[in-house]
Amino acid sequence: MDWTMFLQHLANGIALGFVFGLVAIGYTLVYGVVKLVNFAHGDIFMMATFFVYYGIVLFSFPWWLAFLIGIFLTALLGILVEKVAYKPLRNAPRISSLCSAIGMSFFLENFAVVFFGGRQKAFYRPEVLNKTLIVGGVRMQMVTVVTILVCVGVLFFLNFLVYRTKMGLAMRALAYDFDTAKLMGIHVDRTITFTFALGSSLAAISAIFWALRYPQIWPFMGVFPGWRAFTAAIIGGVGSIKGALVGGFLIGMISVLLVAFLPDVAGYRDAFIFVILVLMLLFKPTGLFGEA
Amino acid sequence: MNMLKLEKVTKRFGGLIAVNDVSMELFEGELVGLIGPNGAGKTTIFNLVTGFLRPDSGRIYFQGQDITGKKPHEITALGIARTFQNIKLFYRMSVLDNVRVACHLRLRSNVFSAVLGLSKYSAQERQMTHESLRLLEAVGLLDLKDEKASALPYGHQRKLEIARALATKPRLLLLDEPAAGMNPEETSELMQFIKRIRKEFDLTILLIEHDMKVVMGICERIIVLDHGSVIAVGTPEEVRNNPDVIRAYLGSGAYARG
Amino acid sequence: MKKKYSYLLTIASLLVFFLFIHYAQTHFDAYVLRIMNVAAIYVILGVSLNLINGFTGQFSLGHAGFMAIGAYTSALLYMSPELKAVNFFMKPLIWPLNQIQIPFFPALLIGGVLAGLMGFLVGAPCLRVKGDYLAIVTYGFSEIIRVLFNNLQSVTNGPLGLKGLPTYTNLWWSWGWAIFTVFFIKRLVESSYGRALKAIRDDEEAAEAMGINLFFHKTLAFTVGAFFAGIAGGLLGSLVMTIDPNAFNIMLTFQIVLIVLLGGLGNITGTVITAVLITVLMEWLRIVESPMKIFGLRIQGIPGMRMLIFSVVLMIAVLFFRHGILGDREFSWEAVGRFLKRFSSFSKGEDQK
Repeated sequence: MDWTMFLQHLANGIALGFVFGLVAIGYTLVYGVVKLVNFAHGDIFMMATFFVYYGIVLFSFPWWLAFLIGIFLTALLGILVEKVAYKPLRNAPRISSLCSAIGMSFFLENFAVVFFGGRQKAFYRPEVLNKTLIVGGVRMQMVTVVTILVCVGVLFFLNFLVYRTKMGLAMRALAYDFDTAKLMGIHVDRTITFTFALGSSLAAISAIFWALRYPQIWPFMGVFPGWRAFTAAIIGGVGSIKGALVGGFLIGMISVLLVAFLPDVAGYRDAFIFVILVLMLLFKPTGLFGEA
Repeated sequence: MNMLKLEKVTKRFGGLIAVNDVSMELFEGELVGLIGPNGAGKTTIFNLVTGFLRPDSGRIYFQGQDITGKKPHEITALGIARTFQNIKLFYRMSVLDNVRVACHLRLRSNVFSAVLGLSKYSAQERQMTHESLRLLEAVGLLDLKDEKASALPYGHQRKLEIARALATKPRLLLLDEPAAGMNPEETSELMQFIKRIRKEFDLTILLIEHDMKVVMGICERIIVLDHGSVIAVGTPEEVRNNPDVIRAYLGSGAYARG
Repeated sequence: MKKKYSYLLTIASLLVFFLFIHYAQTHFDAYVLRIMNVAAIYVILGVSLNLINGFTGQFSLGHAGFMAIGAYTSALLYMSPELKAVNFFMKPLIWPLNQIQIPFFPALLIGGVLAGLMGFLVGAPCLRVKGDYLAIVTYGFSEIIRVLFNNLQSVTNGPLGLKGLPTYTNLWWSWGWAIFTVFFIKRLVESSYGRALKAIRDDEEAAEAMGINLFFHKTLAFTVGAFFAGIAGGLLGSLVMTIDPNAFNIMLTFQIVLIVLLGGLGNITGTVITAVLITVLMEWLRIVESPMKIFGLRIQGIPGMRMLIFSVVLMIAVLFFRHGILGDREFSWEAVGRFLKRFSSFSKGEDQK
C-alpha cells in the first residue's frame, strides 16, 4: 500500500465520516431534545434519496433542484413522523415511544417497497461529479471532494444555528432540562418540530452524498448506514454534536479501512458494527463527550 | 451493643463533598433523628448505609459486621430496611403484594418448587401471606389489601411503605422524611405509630425529618448534619439550644439576635 | 372449595381441548393445520417474551436470536447424517455434529437449553442498561447471532440454510408445548418470584432496597424467556421444514412484540388471544399479496403490502391500544362465572345495581 493509495482511502474515509457524522448529528439532536432514539431516521435517509430520484425521473427537475426539493420534502417528512408517531406518546412510558419509533421505521420501509418497488434503482449522478481530481499526485473523485466541502459548509451553518440563534438556544435548553425550559416559556412543540426538521434535513444531505457515491437505492438502504450513524452518535456521546461528528469520523475511517485491509471478513461486517455498539452501550454508554 | 457504626465516612460527587468524614453510632433499640438543612447529606448517608452508594473512604459496620461496599439487597438481607423520601411503592401491584414481595428475600426455595407448587414452597408462601396480612393489620391497611397501591391516598401510601419495609424483618429501620406532606393530625398519628412499631418489632430506628415536632417529640437522640459534617449530637434539649445548630438552620444573624 | 372447583374446570377444558386437537389432527386439511401449529408457536413466543418485557419490564428485542439458536441446535441434532451431508454440500458439517442424530424431543430440549443459556449471557451484562439502550443491545445481540449463523458455513450451512427437515411438529407437539409454556410462566408469575419480577418492573431501586437480587431475577426472566423462544424456534423449523438464517430478523421479533403489546404487557390471557389473532391476520394478509378477484376484476398482488399493513396495525396498536386488549384482566374461572351471571341477569331484564 503506497502513500497515494493511503491518501485516497483517507479522503474516502473523511468523506464517509462526514456523511455518517451528519446523520449521527441528526440522531443526537433528536435524542437530546426528546430523549428518544429515532429508529426511523435511517429510513428518512432512504426516503430522501427516493424524493430526489422521483424528482429527476418523474418530474424532470434539474438535479440541483431535485436535491433542494428532496431536502425540503425530507424535512417535512421528519416533521410528519414526529407529529404522528412521537408527539402522541410524549407522556407515555418509554416502551411505547420505542415501539412507535420501530413501527414507523417498518412503515417507511414497507411503504417504499410497495410504492417504489423492492428492486434497486440507479441514482442520478451529475456529470460534473464524475471527474477525477488530481491533488498533489493523489487521485480523488470529485464526489469525495464536493462531499467534504459541502459538509464542512453545512457544519458551519449548523454551528451558527445551534449556538447563535434563538431556536438553537431553545433546543439546547430543552435538551438540558426539559421541564424547566418549558416553564421558562420555551415553545416546546415548535422547538421539537424544528429539531426534527433539522435532523431530517441533515439526513437528506447525507443521503444525497451517500447515493452519489453508492448509486444504488432501495427501500432497505437506510438500515445499515442508520445503525452505523447511530453507533457513531453513541461513541461520540449522545447529545453531543461534536461527539457525533467525531464518532462519525471514527466509524467512517474504520469502515473504509476495514474494507481496504481485511476484505475477507466482509460477511461479518454487519455484525461488527453491532459488536461495537453493544460494547459501547454496556461499558461506556456516555461515549466520549456525553454526559452521564 | 451498637447496631450501626459509621467510621470517618466520606462521599464525593465530582467536586462536591456530600458527606465529609462522618462518624456516628446507633445503639440497639434507639430512636434517633438525623436532621440538618437541605443538602446537608442526610439522604446520602441513608444511601451509603443501604449500599446504594459506595463511600470514597471510611467504613460502615452493622451489628459489628463490615458492610461497606455490599450490595443493597445483601444489606437488606442482613437486617437494614428503609423508606424513601419520594414514596417508591410498586404502584402497579396490590397493597398485599407490595408487602408480600418484601418477604421474598427470606424465601428458602427454588423456581421449580414454586412453579410446581411443591409443599415446601407452598408452606412458605402461606406463611408470607399470613405475615403480610398481619403487618397490614398493624398499620391499619388490611381492608385495602387488594387495592392497587396507586389508588391509595398519600397518607396510606406512606404507611404501606413502612409496612413493606417491616416485611423484610429488619433490625434497623431507616425512615426518610416519613411525615412529609402530612397534616398535624396525621403527624401525631405517625409519631405514635413509630413509637409503637419500635416496641412491637424490636427495632432500632434512624429517622430523617424536617418536621421539628416529630423530631423533638419522639427522638431520644439527635444527630445534626450540615454541609456533610456532623455538627452536633445530643438529646433534643441539648440540640435545640446548640448555637452551631441554630446558626446552621437560621444563619449567623439569628443567633446573634438570640 | 372454589380452588378445587376451578382446578377441575381447568382439567375438564384441557381434556376437551385435547379431544379437539385429536379430531383436528386427523380431519382438518394441511393448510388449516399449519395455521393452527403456527398459532401455537406464536403463543409460546408471545408468552415467553411477555415474561421478559411485560412482567419484568426489560425491553428485550432479542427474541429472534433465541429462536434461531433453538431452531439450528435442534435441527442439527435431529437431522440424519445423510440429510446433513445433502445439505452441507458446499462445506461439510463439523464433527461430531455430522454424525449425531437424536430423537426430536431431546433435540428440542437441548435447543431450548442452549437458547436459555444465550438468554443468560445476554441478560447478565445488561443489568445496569436502561430502557432504550437495553432494547438496542438485545437487538444488537440478535443481529450478531443472525450474521454469525449466516456466515458459519461449516456449522450452520451459512446462507444456504437447512432444507428438507423432517416434519415432527404436529398439533400435539405445538399445542402441548404452548399449554406447558402458559402453565409454567403463569405459575412462575403468580409465585413469589413473579412478584419479585413485577417489583423490578415497577421500581428497580425500591425492589433492590427490599432485598430483591436484581441480577438473579433479571437473568431468570431472560433465561426462561429465551428457553421457550428456543423451543418455539425448534418447533417452527420442523414445521416449515427449512431454516433460513435471515428469517430470524427484527421483523420477526417485532411480530412478537406486537402480539405482546396488543395482548397487554403483563397479561398472559391477552397474549394468547392476540397470538392466535395475529397468526390468522398474517395468514389472511397473504391474500393481499397474491392476485385476487374483486368484482370480477383481476388485481395483481402487491408485494410488500402484507408487511405494510402489518406495520400500520403495529402503529395503531402502539398509539391506541397501549394497554392491551384486556388491560389488566386475566382469565379465571371466577371471571367467567361473573360474566355469565351478569349476562344471564341482563338478558332476563333484571335491574342492574
